[in-house]
Amino acid sequence: MRRMLKPNKFMSAPISNIREPLITGSKTYHQITEDLIGPTEKVPGFAWIAGVMTSLALLAFGGVAIFWTIWYGIGSWDLNRTIGWGWDITNFVWWIGIGHAGTLISAILLLFRQKWRMGVNRSAEAMTIFAVMCAALFPGIHMGRIWMAMFIFPYPNTRGPLWVNFNSPLLWDVFAISTYFTVSLLFWYTGLVPDFATVRDRAKGFRKKIYSFLAFGWTGKAKHWQRWESLSLILAGIATPLVLSVHTIVSFDFATSVIPGWHTTIFPPYFVAGAIFSGFAMVLTLMLIVRKVLKIEDYITIGHIESMNKVILCTGSIVGVAYLTELFIAWYSGYVYEQFAFYNRALGPYWWSYFGMMSCNVITPQFFWIKKIRRSVAWTFVLSIVVNIGMWFERFVIIATTLARDYLPSSWSYYVPTWVEVGIYVGTFGLFFTLFLLFLRVAPVVAAAEIKSILKTAGDQYTGPNATHHAHHDDHGHDDKHEDLKLPADSNSFMDSNRNVATAPIVEKTKRTNTQEETTSYQKIEDDPEVYKGKEIDTNLDPDDPNYKSSFVAGAVGAGAGLTSLGTHEDDLKKVEGIGPAVEKLLKEGGVKNWKTLAAANPEQLKELLVEAGGTFKTMDPTTWPLQAQMADEGRWAELEKWQDDLDGGKIS
Amino acid sequence: MVNKNKTVLFGLYDDETDLIRAIRKAKAAHIEIDEVYTPFPVHGLDPELDLKESRLHIAGFIYGAMGTLTAFLFMSWVFTRDWPIIFGGKPYWSVPAFIPITFELTVLFSAIGMVVTFYTICGMGPGANNPILHDRITDDKFCIAFDVEGGSQDHHGDDHHPVDVEKLKDFFKTTGATEVQTKVI
Repeated sequence: MRRMLKPNKFMSAPISNIREPLITGSKTYHQITEDLIGPTEKVPGFAWIAGVMTSLALLAFGGVAIFWTIWYGIGSWDLNRTIGWGWDITNFVWWIGIGHAGTLISAILLLFRQKWRMGVNRSAEAMTIFAVMCAALFPGIHMGRIWMAMFIFPYPNTRGPLWVNFNSPLLWDVFAISTYFTVSLLFWYTGLVPDFATVRDRAKGFRKKIYSFLAFGWTGKAKHWQRWESLSLILAGIATPLVLSVHTIVSFDFATSVIPGWHTTIFPPYFVAGAIFSGFAMVLTLMLIVRKVLKIEDYITIGHIESMNKVILCTGSIVGVAYLTELFIAWYSGYVYEQFAFYNRALGPYWWSYFGMMSCNVITPQFFWIKKIRRSVAWTFVLSIVVNIGMWFERFVIIATTLARDYLPSSWSYYVPTWVEVGIYVGTFGLFFTLFLLFLRVAPVVAAAEIKSILKTAGDQYTGPNATHHAHHDDHGHDDKHEDLKLPADSNSFMDSNRNVATAPIVEKTKRTNTQEETTSYQKIEDDPEVYKGKEIDTNLDPDDPNYKSSFVAGAVGAGAGLTSLGTHEDDLKKVEGIGPAVEKLLKEGGVKNWKTLAAANPEQLKELLVEAGGTFKTMDPTTWPLQAQMADEGRWAELEKWQDDLDGGKIS
Repeated sequence: MVNKNKTVLFGLYDDETDLIRAIRKAKAAHIEIDEVYTPFPVHGLDPELDLKESRLHIAGFIYGAMGTLTAFLFMSWVFTRDWPIIFGGKPYWSVPAFIPITFELTVLFSAIGMVVTFYTICGMGPGANNPILHDRITDDKFCIAFDVEGGSQDHHGDDHHPVDVEKLKDFFKTTGATEVQTKVI
């Protein structure tokens, strides 16, 4: 059953109607739960079972190949003295790179307060974890004697103790990847806990037991949410440099060597950009299918896809520039071995892989300059796969072409993988998709609680072209406020009327409750100062206060059409975030000389003024200016500063 | 977790706006709120409930610093005292080469420490069985709970007053709660 949408008095006021909504379909909180938790409650369909079976078959094939490797040794991979790394490390770097998108979306975009991350962060993080598992497999079995794998960790041992080499990038990798895996897992799981609690509270019987265990006893207390948000923010803060460090260290595996084509300083940034590039492509490939199958197109909209395509375009271009820089530096350095390495890449026996890399990574993402293609599901799907093929070629080019022709021409050869190596790669796809399909069944694919928290700022009934609830109308519930509220020109009484109006939403709320009895009892309480000191609340207004905002806007609207000048003295309007010298000049010419006048102004009037001025003024959002000005006028600087910290260029972010 | 059972009277609201308005009213009427439950982090709720800022980040910093010291001192000890080896002609104590691992362990210690601390102070963990007031709180209802057995006290006096349950029920009614229940937790 769908609950009637109530006008939102708390969060709707500061919404920009220019931004594209992130949640479509006029959802309610309960509808979000139904849409996002629902898939975990259904019996899996045929497609899912077929998918799992296929994945398991691939995994089994990989298992055979891994067993073969361990039984016969690394020789079964056709690696030799010069070609020490082949498909294994290619695949390792490729999978690790794919994992990076998850952390980028959940951590870096959280720090940048990009709300669209919430549609995809859960699944992208899951992808990270599964991709890192696939990646870690390769160096593990590449060591040959996998039962000795604990040798890579520093522990007191009977060999002296002989410690590991802390100066080696290969060991840094061990630390980087194990840390990355652990932190990603903790971050992901902590985000999942509230959603598991939702599943728990809807489940019955045995499922309830399982989800009770998984939900860790989450209850949704206000203090817990506060800590949860704090934890998420800090984990994001530390995961951000972590994700950059991981691929930096992976690139050190190459960059600290003395192999031409590898030992370049451009590797860390170029690897990180490439990792994000391929990771976003993989997120898109998966999510385009998932949103269709689970029918969650309302949460992963075309807008989300476009945002991700922009990231692909940006990082793809960085990668392209990096390729060209490498070529230029090889020529410019005058170093013959380096020059040969690049000549050999492009025109040697592996020219096809270089061609694949260049066309898939440099040329195809450029299609995303075209908005139509960025917003096309079919194009995005195809291009995202092309990008991942290209990024696989990149790693192959770097590893194979370089090692196949090293310093000694007598040991040159042409490296071709055996079925065992191919089998392990296929097996990791099996592992990845098995885990991902299980994830789709067991956990809510989209972070439901977080989506609810942005509903009123990003839902399509609140924002965007189809918004039915406009902030100012909502706040009062009566559209005739222009006639209703007369604002005296005198500034003091303006403030008074302001306060009186502050109670308007509450009274309005009472009117909405249907029974007469409730209305009377409510008013009785309000009339009794001992029980309910209603007026006291109004004097303690703060900017987070919906009544404050609404009352203020209402008061200002009542001021009439023109901007009324209150006083003649001039203030520094630039104290208001979002107002620069140019805007200040414009406002002062328009009669807004001081904070008081600005405070009394109505954002719509200001907007009109800005639109009239044209140019860049047109795009400015003056919603918060009057409020800021009021704080400045009343000397509440600390409060203003605090609020401005949250504002983004004077806009509610 | 609280050992002693307590009886709570709680009301559910449909919207966070109603919730915040009710919290303000409760504060104005000097009714002590035992707990507020929401299905998602409601922004602007913390100041209403006078919640102090979480100190989790301080813990995170301390754990991180422990990681930094552990990694750096351990590597230094290994390569200068326990088993000095020359790698590539570099000094035993080659600090730049220690930076990556030091950084990774800083992050690792900080993350694990903070997460463990978070679950511990929230009384949560694998299989933890905290009382759940209502099934819809994790879905779409916003809940205010009052302790009706002596937990709440009137701010005007120092003594515990017996809580006027009827007054609280009235409060829920007038603030637009859609459901009111009593539960022993």
